[in-house]
Amino acid sequence: MFWFKKKKTYGLEPQQKKELPDGVWLKCERCGDILYRKELERNLWVCGKCGYHFRIGCKKYIEILSDDGKFEELDGELSSKDPMNFPQYVQKLKNSQKKTGLKEGVLIGDATIGGHKVVFALTDFGFIGGSMGSVVGEKVTRAIQRAKQEKVPLVILTASGGGARMQEGILSLMQMAKTSAHLAELAKAGIPYITILTHPTMAGVMASFASLGDIIIAEPGALLGFTGPRVIQQTIGEELPDGFQRSEFLLKHGMVDIIAERKNLRKTLVSVLDFFEEKK
Amino acid sequence: MAESWLDFERPIIELERKIEELKSLDENGALKEEISKLENKASKLREDVYKNLNRWQKVQLARHLKRPYISDYIELMFDNFVELHGDRNFGDDLAIIAGIAKLDGKSVVIVGHEKGRNTKEKIRRNFGMPHPEGYRKALRVMQLAAKFKKPILTFVDTPGAYPGVGAEERGQSEAIARNLREISMLPVPIVVSITGEGGSGGALAIAIGDKILMQEHSIYSVISPEGCASILWRDSSKAPEAAEALKLTAQDLMGFGVIDEIVSEPAGGAHRDSKDAAERLKRAILNSLNELTTLPKEELVRKRIEKFLKMGVYENR
Ligand SMILES: [Zn+2]
Repeated sequence: MFWFKKKKTYGLEPQQKKELPDGVWLKCERCGDILYRKELERNLWVCGKCGYHFRIGCKKYIEILSDDGKFEELDGELSSKDPMNFPQYVQKLKNSQKKTGLKEGVLIGDATIGGHKVVFALTDFGFIGGSMGSVVGEKVTRAIQRAKQEKVPLVILTASGGGARMQEGILSLMQMAKTSAHLAELAKAGIPYITILTHPTMAGVMASFASLGDIIIAEPGALLGFTGPRVIQQTIGEELPDGFQRSEFLLKHGMVDIIAERKNLRKTLVSVLDFFEEKK
Repeated sequence: MAESWLDFERPIIELERKIEELKSLDENGALKEEISKLENKASKLREDVYKNLNRWQKVQLARHLKRPYISDYIELMFDNFVELHGDRNFGDDLAIIAGIAKLDGKSVVIVGHEKGRNTKEKIRRNFGMPHPEGYRKALRVMQLAAKFKKPILTFVDTPGAYPGVGAEERGQSEAIARNLREISMLPVPIVVSITGEGGSGGALAIAIGDKILMQEHSIYSVISPEGCASILWRDSSKAPEAAEALKLTAQDLMGFGVIDEIVSEPAGGAHRDSKDAAERLKRAILNSLNELTTLPKEELVRKRIEKFLKMGVYENR
């Protein structure tokens, strides 16, 4: 594996806090209730009153989902260029790196979940909306290739409201084709692929690897779809139905397998992995 | 008569009309010199305008209301076309035409977006913006081609997948994603022709193939210039600037290694002579097919996947 140069292990790192609101007391973004930070943390950043799932960033998900919160990062050195010479792109990349402590919008690596070795990839909404440019597409593709080579399940968690990254133009669109074509090979090899969709996952990411899981799990209340609700509303000129494009709407219309609350996410994922890989 | 010429076309069209008028008046050849002068002028004007088109002008040509659509190309390029309808699940989406036909005597399967020519047709075709059932119909017919080992030809010309409630309910994302995965594995030659507007995921869903051809004045983009402008500058009227930023012309895409060939169009664009445009496109498609049919099917699929693997620009540091 010539590309596995740098290996990094994430534990409970303090830099994660940057992505979440500061202060001892916080206001729920949905119900407006005032929440005690410590309590919210214990509750995995889910509002105790209305069940609103705060966005938590990919590193927190690693802590919640993988055994001992361990994650051996792969290909962390890949970084974006500005192939289109696109307005403000270089600055946007820099700002996102500073804000999230990530080099790009996805982490890929090895992890163990419920005793199962997996390849784990996670996109992060904090990094240009978790959008997919060349680096995200390449890293997701490498994660797929690695799962195929190592013959272990692939788990991808998405928080990609940005879809295909506009700032890399047509190259971003092609990442949809690239990742999906490699998932075809993974499917042919009979390797399980599980996706976990979190708020929000839209457009080019939803219309490629996010929708192609053998099993699709969603967090409650996540916005999931192809076109953003505002654009749809402008196009049709009508009010959108209640709960439109939320996880529950997708479940009702047959587009996801399971809705799992954050506190049950790991348990659900482990059950699914246990199905695929029976203990000897 | 309401005409749909673009601003930069109009001086050329006017000059051409004047020449025609003079020709019809010129009974004894007295105006011959004058006519030839004007003809020179017209050809120089055409050259000047079309050599220096900016990206926004290209967008306008790609969306030209007179631009040939798949229904025109079917008529001009193929024999014995039989349209096939429906996704066998929900309905028949008229924004996508699918069918079987003969190309130079050989059986082929055709799939493409249809925008519709007049108002009534446009509404019936939903302006070439498919719902999930359109993409599912496309896949069904392409799988039919694979089953019977017939090559697939797709024609891409859409503003994008339809943004609507029903489209979301029925899984627009899933339909597109599934097409991307499944089409990449089909063991038959696939030649994609971008003939007008390649509108994002809605275009890509039928644009996976072994050879990607793009007509000279067509575009292909991750987002519409209007959409991009309203995100970047909160002002969709800045679409011309966004078109420049997005680098969405056939010439740009050739440079990025995203397409394989630019197919020339008649002077002034495909709409000035659709028969000529069809002939050029047909020749390019046949050349691609000849090349692809010599490959064993495993290699065909392997090369297709490799082709997309190479796309993207990044660095290792
Ligand atoms: Zn709440």
